[in-house]
Amino acid sequence: MKSKFLPLKHLGARIEVVEAGKGRDLLFLHGAGGHMVDDPLLAALASKYRVVAPLLPGYGQSGGEDGLRDMLDVTLHTLDVLEGLKLEKPIVVGHSMGGMIAAEMAAIARTEITKLCLLAPAGLWLDGQPVVDIFSKLPYELPGLLFHDAEAGGKLLTAGRGDMEDPEFLKQFLVMNARRMGMAGKLLFPIPDRGLAGRLHRITAKTLIVWGKEDVLIPPAYGDAFKKAISKSKLVRIGKAGHAVGQEKPEAVLKAIREFF
Amino acid sequence: MKFTWFHLMPWPHMPDDFREKHRSVWVDLPNKMYQPELGHIAYHQYLDQLEYAETVGFDGIGVNEHHANAYGLMPSPNIMAATLTRRTSRAALVVLGNSIALYNPPLRVAEEMAMLDVLSGGRLIAGFPVGTSMDTNYAYGTIPALTREKYAEAHELIRKAWAADEPFAFNGRYTKLRYVNCWPKPLQQQMPVFIPGGGSVETYDFCLDNTYSYSYLSYSGYLRARLLMDGYWKRVAERKVDESPYRAGFAQVICVADTDEEAERLYGPHVNYFYNRCLHVYPGFADAPGYRTVKTIQTGALSQFTAAAARDYPSMSWKDLTENRYIVAGSPETVRQQLEELIKTLRVGNIFCLMHIGNMPDDKVRHSTKLFAEKVMPHLRNLWPEWQNHDDRFWCHPMHEPVPTRIAAE
Repeated sequence: MKSKFLPLKHLGARIEVVEAGKGRDLLFLHGAGGHMVDDPLLAALASKYRVVAPLLPGYGQSGGEDGLRDMLDVTLHTLDVLEGLKLEKPIVVGHSMGGMIAAEMAAIARTEITKLCLLAPAGLWLDGQPVVDIFSKLPYELPGLLFHDAEAGGKLLTAGRGDMEDPEFLKQFLVMNARRMGMAGKLLFPIPDRGLAGRLHRITAKTLIVWGKEDVLIPPAYGDAFKKAISKSKLVRIGKAGHAVGQEKPEAVLKAIREFF
Repeated sequence: MKFTWFHLMPWPHMPDDFREKHRSVWVDLPNKMYQPELGHIAYHQYLDQLEYAETVGFDGIGVNEHHANAYGLMPSPNIMAATLTRRTSRAALVVLGNSIALYNPPLRVAEEMAMLDVLSGGRLIAGFPVGTSMDTNYAYGTIPALTREKYAEAHELIRKAWAADEPFAFNGRYTKLRYVNCWPKPLQQQMPVFIPGGGSVETYDFCLDNTYSYSYLSYSGYLRARLLMDGYWKRVAERKVDESPYRAGFAQVICVADTDEEAERLYGPHVNYFYNRCLHVYPGFADAPGYRTVKTIQTGALSQFTAAAARDYPSMSWKDLTENRYIVAGSPETVRQQLEELIKTLRVGNIFCLMHIGNMPDDKVRHSTKLFAEKVMPHLRNLWPEWQNHDDRFWCHPMHEPVPTRIAAE
């Protein structure tokens, strides 16, 4: 996987775009945690598709986060990125926060987005099944929230990470976390609902919704809510998978995407 | 020197097993612990103590703002200050909150503070904290990364509203008002403003740009405050503004008794209550990602103080707390010596004296307060003679002849 950069003049910044694989174009939008080191989902998708994965401002080497404040800013920004990347009618895949952005894009730009895949997307709120408040969680709590197999997930999360006891590394980690989660908070804090429910009816794209059966962060009931609200949609549930369904079961997610599109 | 007697108004009835039973004193502590009948008694006792502080000679009396917690029971400091306007006549009313990013529209703060200033005859000292992350983000739902921008805009609106003589339009990003028209107007032409800082470097420049006093609120004492305050004075020097000590203040837990041993006996349990229950904050609520700017995190000052200090509280003895100067406690002479060192090393013209601590009963609060006022404060008054021990820019400007209530009522 390699990175290239897309300059965006109005943001006064450039966007880091990870690219890998050959085949049909697939745009991938990451969740609040960004890409993992050697991300298993990106690797699996790249075995069959040309994966193009831009990082949201605040993530990796993408700058310009101060210019993005709300859902509309981020949705239009990501449509600008899509246009700048000159992709051929890509399958647009978004995980969690990225799924929320992808759904918003599809609701706004119906002609540009005709193939949509939402992996455990954020964006809705059910009073009876509240989404977990990820902002108040401590690092050690994350594996259990993201993965069905917390131990294996924890290894994925900490791979390539430095020593948290080293003050200099800790500082860098805190800066990275503040940039990423600071940006994510503009869409997800304190409740990850920016009115998407009222716009889902506009989505005309052929839509695949994927949910891990063991998702404790955004419970599987949200899959049904998305399915109900998007007309041409199919819901696939994957067993022994948590919220990071793509990283935990990359082959199953790839299979579902290939079968659907 | 100016001494402000400052009240946090904690909930004094947290059980002994509080730390074991609850993860946090803030944000998600169930309010079934709060008993309104006992709250009634506590509020009135606390207000009596503030009024008492005026009678023994403190220059100011102070209140602040916190939400969803048992650490400090003043969601609205303005309500508390309003009661004090009626029962005091001389002391400055130091309102070290309103957390201005939390009000919609923030004009409400301009109006209420103007009310307090008029009611008190020009005794208001205004405070504009960003607010802790627990209050601002978790309890009041402000998006962390937008908190400071929202704060800056609210500040601009309040200042313009106080200064304007005619209605004006304010087209902010977060607040849009076609008619800003602040009735009443504050009595003071130049409202003195204190900015509570907790370690954000941006706050240095904000204070210097606006001629506000930087007030460092910390419970880890003056030895650990050096790094931060040195940073502030370094910035003052770089900006080539005067080095008035009244540009800065420091909050300090203070306990005075007849002897050092007596101080431990009298106040030890209450200091323990404060450090182990009132400051028991779940780390996940302490610092929402995006609340601190990248620049502040990069200076690293923050993590060194707060994280390490908070971790150590449960194991700290009275000896640890006093020897390392987390608290200034002991005989009048001990307290005088340590405070003199604090004032000179941090170069501060304002001390916010925290003398009600945790669950301290009223008689001990008054004992400590009286000893401080009679046997400590007089000896510390004249530490900044080259500034005539006063800086008009950083203190309130009361009306020369307050209208007696009797005449006002006629």
